[in-house]
Amino acid sequence: MNSLTAFFQANGPMLLEGVLDTLYMTFTATIVAYIFGVPIGILAEITRKGGIHPMSLFNKVLGWIINIGRSIPFIILLVAVMPFTRIVVGTTIGPKAATVPLIIAAIPFVARLVETSLRELDDGVIEAAKAMGANDRQIIFKVMLSETLPSLVLGSSLATITLVGYTAMAGAVGGRGLGDIAIRFGYYRYQPDIMIVTIVLLVIIVQIIQSIGHIVSKKLDKKSKGES
Amino acid sequence: MIKIRDLTKIFKMKNDELVVLNNINLDIEDGDIFGIIGMSGAGKSTLIRCINLLERPTSGYIEIDGVDITTKRGNELLKLRKNIGMIFQNFNLLMQKSVKKNIAFGLEITKLREFKIEGMAEEEWRRLNYFKKKQLKKEAIEKRVNELLKVVDLEEKADVYPSQLSGGQRQRVAIARALATKPSVLLCDEATSALDSMTTKSILNLLKKINEETKVTIIIITHEMNVVQEICNKVAVLDKSEVVETGHTDEVFGNKSSLIVQNLLGGVVNE
Repeated sequence: MNSLTAFFQANGPMLLEGVLDTLYMTFTATIVAYIFGVPIGILAEITRKGGIHPMSLFNKVLGWIINIGRSIPFIILLVAVMPFTRIVVGTTIGPKAATVPLIIAAIPFVARLVETSLRELDDGVIEAAKAMGANDRQIIFKVMLSETLPSLVLGSSLATITLVGYTAMAGAVGGRGLGDIAIRFGYYRYQPDIMIVTIVLLVIIVQIIQSIGHIVSKKLDKKSKGES
Repeated sequence: MIKIRDLTKIFKMKNDELVVLNNINLDIEDGDIFGIIGMSGAGKSTLIRCINLLERPTSGYIEIDGVDITTKRGNELLKLRKNIGMIFQNFNLLMQKSVKKNIAFGLEITKLREFKIEGMAEEEWRRLNYFKKKQLKKEAIEKRVNELLKVVDLEEKADVYPSQLSGGQRQRVAIARALATKPSVLLCDEATSALDSMTTKSILNLLKKINEETKVTIIIITHEMNVVQEICNKVAVLDKSEVVETGHTDEVFGNKSSLIVQNLLGGVVNE
C-alpha cells in the first residue's frame, strides 16, 4: 500500500496531465471531425444511386477521397501532414498540434460512420416522407438524421474510442498524453509499473466513453421500446 | 377527376428494357374508391407511384382536375404531393417520433398557403394562423392532429411510439398522417396486405367511413379480391403491364365476368 502511495506521489501529476492531454486531443479532434464529417457522410448517402439526390459521378469521387483518407496508416499520416500542422498551429509538438492529424484522420472515418448509420434507415420511410411532399432538406433533417439518431450516437462513441487509440500514436511523435507516457517510461526506460497504470487508465477512459454511448443511444431509441 | 392516358413506364437496364406499364388508360371519378387488382409483377405498384410522381412515366400523361401533373417539378411537385396522401403495406411510420408527431409531420412541412382551409373551421384556422405567415402555427397543427386522432380512434395513443402499437393501429396512424393536409386523393399501396383478416376489415371500414365523410378519392392497389369486393365501387384488372378489364366492381366480378378475368382471379385467389 505504501509503495502505491509513493508511486502516485511520484507520478500522479504526470499521469493526471497525461489523462487531460489525451482527453483534450480526443474530444477536440472528435468534435471538429464531426463538424466536417457529418455533412460529408450525408452527401455520400444522398448522392448515391437510389439516394434522395443521386449524383453518381460526384458520389464516386467522394467515395474515392473518403477511401484514400481511410487507407493511409495513421502513423504515416501523422508525419506526412507535419508541414500543414506547422502552418495551422505554428508547431508540430504538443497536444494542440497533434489534433491536426487526428482531425484529418477522423473526418473520413466519421463520414463513413454517419453514412452507414443513415443507410440503415428503411427506404420506405423516406418514400413516405417524399409522398407527403417533403423536400430534400426536410428529409435529411426531419427524417434521416432524427430517425437514425440512436445509431449516430453509438457511432460517435466508436469514433471517440478510435481516436483515443490514435492519440497514443500521436504521443509517440511529440503529442504528449498517455500514449507518450507509456512509450517514454514503459518502453524506453523500462518502467512496467507506469506502463501498466497508463494502460489501466486508457481502458477506463474507453469503458466510460463506450458506456455513455450505449446509455445515451438506448435512452434516445424509441424503436426498440415495447417491441415484443 | 383523375384521367390516366396512354401511360407507359419502361425501366431501362444495361442492355435491356422492361415494360412495366403498357398504354394504361383509366378514368377515376371524384369520390370513387377505385381498386386496381393484379398479381405481383403486374405493375400495380409502379402505376400507383406514377400518380404522385414517385415514379415518372416514360410517356403518356395523368390529369388531376384538368391539370397535367406529369410536367410538375420542384415546389410545384411538392405542393401536388400535399394534395395526394399515401399509405403503405409496411406503414412506413417514423419510429422515433410519437403518434402525434407522426401525424403532424405533413403539417410541419406544409406552408400555410399550401394548406386547404375549408368548411366550418375556416374562421378558426385563420385566427389560429393570423400572426404567422409561412408555416402553420403550433396550435393549428395540434388542433388538426387532435381532429385526426379522433377520426382514426387513437386519442389515447397520442403520445405513444409506433413500436408499441399493433399493425392495425400503425396503419391507422399512417392513415391519419396521410390525411393531415386534407388531400383530395388517398393512395393505398397494399395497405392491408400485412394485416390479418379482422384488422383488414376494420381498416377497410375506416377508409370507407373517411371516403363517405370527406369525399376523398381513394385508389387501392391490392392482390386481395376481398378488399376490392368489400369497398371498391370500381375496379381495374391489371395483368402483364396492361389493363385487361375495367368497370363497376359488380360488373367486372359478376356472372358476366370475362374469361380472362376469371382466370386471373383464380390466380389471384390462389396466390
